[in-house]
Amino acid sequence: MTPGILALIVLALTVIGYFLGRQRAVAAAAQQNKRLHSLPGYYGQSVALFTAVPAFLLMAAWLFLQPVVIESQIAGQIPDSVVEKAGAKSLVMADVRRIADGLDLVITEGGVSEDELDRMRADLTDVRGRLANVGVALGSDVSPAVFEAAKSYRDIGKTGSLLRNIFVILAAVGFGAWTWSRITPEMRARNTSEIFIRTLLLGSSLVAILTTLGIVLSLLFETIHFFQMYPATEFFFSTVWNPQFRGGSTLGILPLLWGTFYVSFVALALAVPLGLMIAIYLAEYSGSRLRSFAKPAIEILAGIPTIVYGLFALITVGPLLRDWIAEPLGLGNSSSSVITAGLVMGIMLIPFVSSLSDDIINAVPQSMRDGSYGLGATQSETIKRVIMPAALPGIVGAVLLAASRAIGETMIVVMGAGASARLGLNPFDAMTTVTVKIVSQLTGDTEFASPETLVAFALGLTLFVFTLGLNILALYIVRKYREQYE
Amino acid sequence: MTDATTVSADAALQKKSGSLFEVGERTKRRQAQERRFRMMGLAAVTFGIIALFGLLGSILSNGVSSFRQTYITLDIYLDPAKLDKAGNRNPDEMAKVTTFGYAPLIASALVEQIKKNDISVEGLSDKDAGDIISKEAPASVRNYVLAHPSKVGETVQFDILADGRIDGYYKGRVTMESAQLDRNVNPEELVLADKLKEAGVLRTKFNTAFFTAPDASDTRPEAAGLGVAIIGSTYMMIIVLALSLPIGVAASIYLEEFAPQNRLTDVIEVNIANLAAVPSIVFGILGLAVFINWAGLPQSAPVVGGLVLTLMTLPTIIIATRAALKAVPPSIREAALGVGASKMQTIFHHVLPLAAPGILTGAIIGLAQALGETAPLLLIGMVAFVREFPGPPPEGFFDPAAALPVQVYNWTTRGDPAFVERASGAIIVLLMFLAVMNITAIILRRRFERRW
Repeated sequence: MTPGILALIVLALTVIGYFLGRQRAVAAAAQQNKRLHSLPGYYGQSVALFTAVPAFLLMAAWLFLQPVVIESQIAGQIPDSVVEKAGAKSLVMADVRRIADGLDLVITEGGVSEDELDRMRADLTDVRGRLANVGVALGSDVSPAVFEAAKSYRDIGKTGSLLRNIFVILAAVGFGAWTWSRITPEMRARNTSEIFIRTLLLGSSLVAILTTLGIVLSLLFETIHFFQMYPATEFFFSTVWNPQFRGGSTLGILPLLWGTFYVSFVALALAVPLGLMIAIYLAEYSGSRLRSFAKPAIEILAGIPTIVYGLFALITVGPLLRDWIAEPLGLGNSSSSVITAGLVMGIMLIPFVSSLSDDIINAVPQSMRDGSYGLGATQSETIKRVIMPAALPGIVGAVLLAASRAIGETMIVVMGAGASARLGLNPFDAMTTVTVKIVSQLTGDTEFASPETLVAFALGLTLFVFTLGLNILALYIVRKYREQYE
Repeated sequence: MTDATTVSADAALQKKSGSLFEVGERTKRRQAQERRFRMMGLAAVTFGIIALFGLLGSILSNGVSSFRQTYITLDIYLDPAKLDKAGNRNPDEMAKVTTFGYAPLIASALVEQIKKNDISVEGLSDKDAGDIISKEAPASVRNYVLAHPSKVGETVQFDILADGRIDGYYKGRVTMESAQLDRNVNPEELVLADKLKEAGVLRTKFNTAFFTAPDASDTRPEAAGLGVAIIGSTYMMIIVLALSLPIGVAASIYLEEFAPQNRLTDVIEVNIANLAAVPSIVFGILGLAVFINWAGLPQSAPVVGGLVLTLMTLPTIIIATRAALKAVPPSIREAALGVGASKMQTIFHHVLPLAAPGILTGAIIGLAQALGETAPLLLIGMVAFVREFPGPPPEGFFDPAAALPVQVYNWTTRGDPAFVERASGAIIVLLMFLAVMNITAIILRRRFERRW
């Protein structure tokens, strides 16, 4: 029974529970000649909620925990010699999982019965060939220990699924029946179901905390794992980034950080002045016709996916800068460069700066402008001497938010900035960033055993800390220095 | 010191023109400054708008051509001696003939066609002539035959894909000069293509396969399509909508209507604000570590992509929903409570329906954001080369699939320049979807938004 069918069964039980509960309440009220405390529907709702929610929670928890439990059981079965040969425990476990999945296919497609499979032994049968027949390719021959582990993986998995089905249906029927049996006309069914729903609402809002926890824990856990294999001082202070797939890599973060900050700096150098001038012009000078056209047009820039900017950098801006500026001036001949990625990212950031600043400038009260005009200042003098100082904290906040966007941006730099890690000053050189390296280290087949893969988590944690810091700083500045106007 | 001198200089200038009707030097300077500032503002706005049109224009001009494709019309004799040796028209047995068995049929049909139209090109061998046909062609003829076994033995007219280079020739990507240097095509083939075009055998028509066909390998850009990617993206959007809308609305209701002022509420609020600003790639790392590595969900599956994008869109939806709930005036709540409704009834019967247009708008915008997101999907293996269509849901959610934006990225990493055109075309499709979603959101807002 697949989880999908199980879910359908629970749903069906829920619907039945609703009608049974409602009917029992109405019948009890008629029999005892009493008035119900709540509307009849609430009695049904209570039964339905008690049927569905615990069962689904149990199912979700089971689906999540079963693989972990099985893995820890199987891991004990595999002798150390096999682990040493393969290099790492996770590699062996991945093999076990693939063989187990493959065996399912062998049974459904290869016409092998369960009994035959039980008798099959890795040293006598060509397991690898059998698996290849159903489309599961293995890198090496299957050792007996791994094959036995795969078989017991399947067995435990099957027992687990059976137990899961039994317990989930028991939970649904049990809680439903218990609530149903408690139904009397005096039962406060509305209060019960409302408290239940309220708890569900609270639970949903906890998803945000769970997500943050998930991010922080997975990053921290794997980063610690990484630092056990690779010295932290090397990571933070080495100026060379040179991953080797045969080991012996140098994984220094400094060239990546340099690339990240260089690209972000170019982007902000374009986006901040432009965005600010756009905000000022639209808020203070432009007529309503230009504003009603230009403001949405610029905000469209914020809604365009970053992959579009990436493609723009790759096929238009990069070749343009190379052919018209870099090559004639002898500055380089690569179409992906810091300046390409920076300029395109700058365009992407313009609406972030402009629309936030626009709101802030509009929040400066008219009386301050009028006062300034009354003293004889021109409009631009008023903007520079009166409005800007009043709006400054908000604008700094907007710029910091844009900076955190720039640091975390991925697709534009992947497609526009290049992949070579270097510490240099020439903006027409290809450089690389933290996000580019996260993508390149984690794309494709990933085994979580080598420092070359795990370094991506350390990079991710660095990125997370930087952006989080910038966001908190931005919020702090906006709150602390905000001028209060009436 | 400089300040003092400019002030006295200003004063001196001012003294010279005492009259109000004469514009003094200092006033002129200030006015010039004013004009310059204003011009800078206008220039910035113009730059922003030009950037928007430059961006869209570059993508459009590169990608529009991918909606048209060059085809060659051939009458192919489906030779039973080669395709069905047993002669019983059993598709299972006929499946043993691989695409290599079909290639000669197509080649001879082309030679036939060339002869029929009296075309001859100097220095062109029959083998080179065959190169103007896509390598994908035998596979598509084979699929047709296996689907219609009774047609074997007849002569059937096919619209066969032309090779990517021939297609590129009619889109201006390949020229006679570049063909000279290209190993995959030679100028004689282009001459042949031109003659076939005159004869009406070769023509360019609307490329429906672009929307329905799966991805194709590096050497067959002409056959690459978005079918799997569109289905994968649709599946992910279904999952995102089904999860993030109920969870997001429930969380917003709690925070806006029930949450007491305490530490827990503060922590939740701070978390939501921060999650909205976490770089998307970090969500990809989360998905890889938790959903794939820990929970053992399959790589490249829409279900993992959907879950990751759900977590990403939740803050957007929560922020929009809270704004919509806040916009419902307290008088509605007070009136409902006043006639005896419980708090839960007030919210679910009155506040929520009134806030629904705002919530829906927020959800659509969140969904549009999720549809265009690429970086987290790269990490969970959606870049894989997938040619099989995923099955129908719910099992299909666990099958490998591609996604629209990732397909774009995937194509840009291939060598053949024809894939750049495909990538731009895919972006146009993606932008179309986004435009439809955003326009729906705007219409919803205009149509149903109530001002209190």
